[in-house]
Amino acid sequence: MSKLISDKTKEIFLGPLGKNNPVTVQVLGICSALAVTSKLEPAIVMGLSVTIIVAFSNVIISLLRNTIPNRIRIIVQLVVVAALVTVVSEILKAFAYDVSVQLSVYIGLIITNCILMGRLEAFAMSNKPWESFVDGLGNGFGYAWILVAVAFFRELTGSGSLLGFKVIPQAFYQAGYVNNGLMILPPMALILVACIIWIHRARNKELQEK
Amino acid sequence: MNALKNLVDKVKPHFEKGGKLEKFHSVFDGFETFLFVPNTTSKRGTHIHDAIDSKRTMVMVIIALIPALLFGMYNTGYQHFLAIGQQVSFLDTFIFGALAVLPLIVVAYGVGLGIEFIVAQIKGHEIQEGFLVSGMLIPLIVPIDTPLWMVGVATAFAVVFAKEVFGGTGMNIFNVALVTRAFLFFAYPTYMSGDVVWVRTSDTFGLGAGNVVDAYAGATPLGQVATSATTDVNLVNIIKEPISFIDGFIGLIPGSVGETSTLAILIGAALLLITRIASWKTMFSVFAGGALMALVFNTWGPDTAAAHFPWYNHLVFGGFAFGAVFMATDPVTSARTETGKWIYGALIGAMAIIIRVLNPGYPEGMMLAILLLNIFAPLIDYYVVEANIKSRLKRAKTN
Repeated sequence: MSKLISDKTKEIFLGPLGKNNPVTVQVLGICSALAVTSKLEPAIVMGLSVTIIVAFSNVIISLLRNTIPNRIRIIVQLVVVAALVTVVSEILKAFAYDVSVQLSVYIGLIITNCILMGRLEAFAMSNKPWESFVDGLGNGFGYAWILVAVAFFRELTGSGSLLGFKVIPQAFYQAGYVNNGLMILPPMALILVACIIWIHRARNKELQEK
Repeated sequence: MNALKNLVDKVKPHFEKGGKLEKFHSVFDGFETFLFVPNTTSKRGTHIHDAIDSKRTMVMVIIALIPALLFGMYNTGYQHFLAIGQQVSFLDTFIFGALAVLPLIVVAYGVGLGIEFIVAQIKGHEIQEGFLVSGMLIPLIVPIDTPLWMVGVATAFAVVFAKEVFGGTGMNIFNVALVTRAFLFFAYPTYMSGDVVWVRTSDTFGLGAGNVVDAYAGATPLGQVATSATTDVNLVNIIKEPISFIDGFIGLIPGSVGETSTLAILIGAALLLITRIASWKTMFSVFAGGALMALVFNTWGPDTAAAHFPWYNHLVFGGFAFGAVFMATDPVTSARTETGKWIYGALIGAMAIIIRVLNPGYPEGMMLAILLLNIFAPLIDYYVVEANIKSRLKRAKTN
């Protein structure tokens, strides 16, 4: 038996987490990154939802790839994504109602997330189901960890808490520390994503344009 | 001067290539060129030589800021002793204010220049002089009771994200000092607005301790206008004595440190205009645009106190004059074409009044107006240049 996970599959999975990250390198899915990252909890749920949807829609499209007529492929992809988004949205409403209220329209808007269409078009349409699944997982987690990182700093500095628990001790507030209200506002999400991109490019010189 | 020059020349070899302090060349160079006009000149291309360079320009702006700074110091002390109901001498008032303002200046310069020096060392280029003015502007546009760590955080944010990421001095899109203030304003709104932050009521380094008098209320004139229930607002100072246009002009009223005295600002403005460092077109059109817009609101505006606030009062209360003279005329972030300056200035003035009148959340609109127009300055310039090209082409064709 060959290796369970070949080197190529490993690369498909790890690439989007680092050097080919959908958010920091391809700059896709920024809108939701701004909208749901003011608290850690919705960011984690959003990241997981996107991961599940990308992975499974990748598998489905990959299975169908040889039967989809080229001219209507976008519609087929949209139908598959929309169906999965609806399922995830209903599950969230049933089992995690509070978070689904916080995420409001953004779960529904996963349909329009550029990462999804990008992966379906660029990968699932021309690769086998297993690779597509791994690619979906990789891109989903690549997206998720950026969201979680941004949300971590926004919630920590903006609300002084993590996942709703106060982590900055009361003594700090008595000494004059104040939560940074700007961190809750959308512009700081953009600036934090920019900082991650900055660090990312500084560490991977090949990403820098000449 | 000669002794200083000799000293600089004596230590210079240490910082040259091969010297033992070579690493700190950029720091040394920064100080040397700050003290003396450098005697090196560009070797390539065509250059126009002028006695004034950007360091000399910056120093001139600092000098222009000194009247506002000194007045701000005096006013800080004046408001404090007014609030605690004590009569003290002119000197004591000034010393109290100076001690209160000084930490703000030290923090703003310390943090800002610290980052500039570090960036210069990392990148290996010369220290850029841009922060000289920003560091002086920052203490003048914040309330006196802003916690120092907030000023430090905001300054660091502004220098890194409004300036260094764009490429340093001369490349920034936004006015660095205003970005500092905007950061403070949105991050810590309770420390930047309302009616408790404008007057220092506690003691400073043990000086001037006392209890606040009963009649005390620390709202700024514009704050009173914004919260007024009637359309006709009677402005009062912090102990409920009525104030008028002339008080706003002289500036013994609560407000950010350097913005209260239109008189002191105008002295600085005169210096900037005589030395031709600031553009009179920008400065004049900000005032004109603001006055015109306020007149429009006075005549046809909604039934609010802000809309019926007389146009001449709009110009002297709040940060309008300070913004017009020192912020709008920033040569880096303002429009550069001559026609563009008129449009840019007038829009700043008009926008500042619009924000003051129509947005009850922001009693003062100057900061947001200038930042907004900073974005549009390149666009204005672009269309002015395009229009000029078009009109000249037309002329060429008709002949």
